[in-house]
Amino acid sequence: MSAAAVLASECPPGDPGFCPPSVLEFYPEPLATFDVLGIHFAITRITIILWLATALMVFFFISAVRNPKLVPDRRQWMGESAYSFVRDGVAREVIGSEGLRYAPYLAALFFFIVVNNIMGIIPFAQIPPTGRFAFPVVLAGITYVLFNWIGIRQQGLGPYFKNNLFPPGVPKPLYLLITPIEFASTFLFRPFTLAVRLFANMLAGHLLLAIFAAGTVYLFTVGNFSVIFAPVSFAMAVVMTFFELLVQVLQAYVFVVLTSTYISGAMEEH
Amino acid sequence: MSVLAELTGNVGTMGYGLAAIGPGIGVGIVFAAYIQATARQPESAGLTRTYLFLGFALSEALAILGFVVPFIIT
Repeated sequence: MSAAAVLASECPPGDPGFCPPSVLEFYPEPLATFDVLGIHFAITRITIILWLATALMVFFFISAVRNPKLVPDRRQWMGESAYSFVRDGVAREVIGSEGLRYAPYLAALFFFIVVNNIMGIIPFAQIPPTGRFAFPVVLAGITYVLFNWIGIRQQGLGPYFKNNLFPPGVPKPLYLLITPIEFASTFLFRPFTLAVRLFANMLAGHLLLAIFAAGTVYLFTVGNFSVIFAPVSFAMAVVMTFFELLVQVLQAYVFVVLTSTYISGAMEEH
Repeated sequence: MSVLAELTGNVGTMGYGLAAIGPGIGVGIVFAAYIQATARQPESAGLTRTYLFLGFALSEALAILGFVVPFIIT
């Protein structure tokens, strides 16, 4: 299986030398396409990876709490530990005791993101579906609607905007400067950076791994003295794989912690 | 008007190099604060670990953005 068949890049025709993989990696050939109500859908291998990863995660959690016993067996213990990592470690820590009612959403968010991120280093998949911009956008959109809904429901529509846009304890003339900044920061930048942080980390990590892997193959097959650098490229690919694992879990954790921070900020009464 | 100075080649790479300055310093500051706080009061290490990861990811986000934007603006 040659590297050219596996990695996607815009190679000029002829012999261009090293042709690095590009963002076309995230636009593979669709396996099936169909149109529904004028919207074009395509099933690609990224879709299949997303479905498989999510199904795996859902199956694990469902089977962990089926027939729960007072003294848990190992699968139940693992499921409960995983859920309590988010429920106690994040929801209760950041939001407080009222945060426990949002723990199911936060846990689902965390495990969805982490499982799909980790698909970036699993062999035969090796592409994180969260590297397609649509998925982080939808997740950030749900969080955005959620924390605004919580704030408006808890404080009322007027007081919520007043507390956010006109923070107390500021001398009156400075509100001209502060209010647009606060508005942009809370209502525009928060969902945007939430989505882009996850997307950009997954895109960059995938491209790094692909470039080191393609570089290793190219350096081995090029046939001149450059072959001595091929083990360096391979070592970098291995090191970056472990680093990517850290980054993937960390980005999922940061997404969930930021979501809880926004929810906690929306819930507090000034 | 004639061109006085010109930059050719992969400007995106240069953009990433410039973009990595700030987050590099920022991540260093975050970890330095965590190390100092833990050195002063080791029992607080668990409490501040959440802020460590949060600060690291928020600073790193800008460097990652600098890496990725040239790919998107193909």
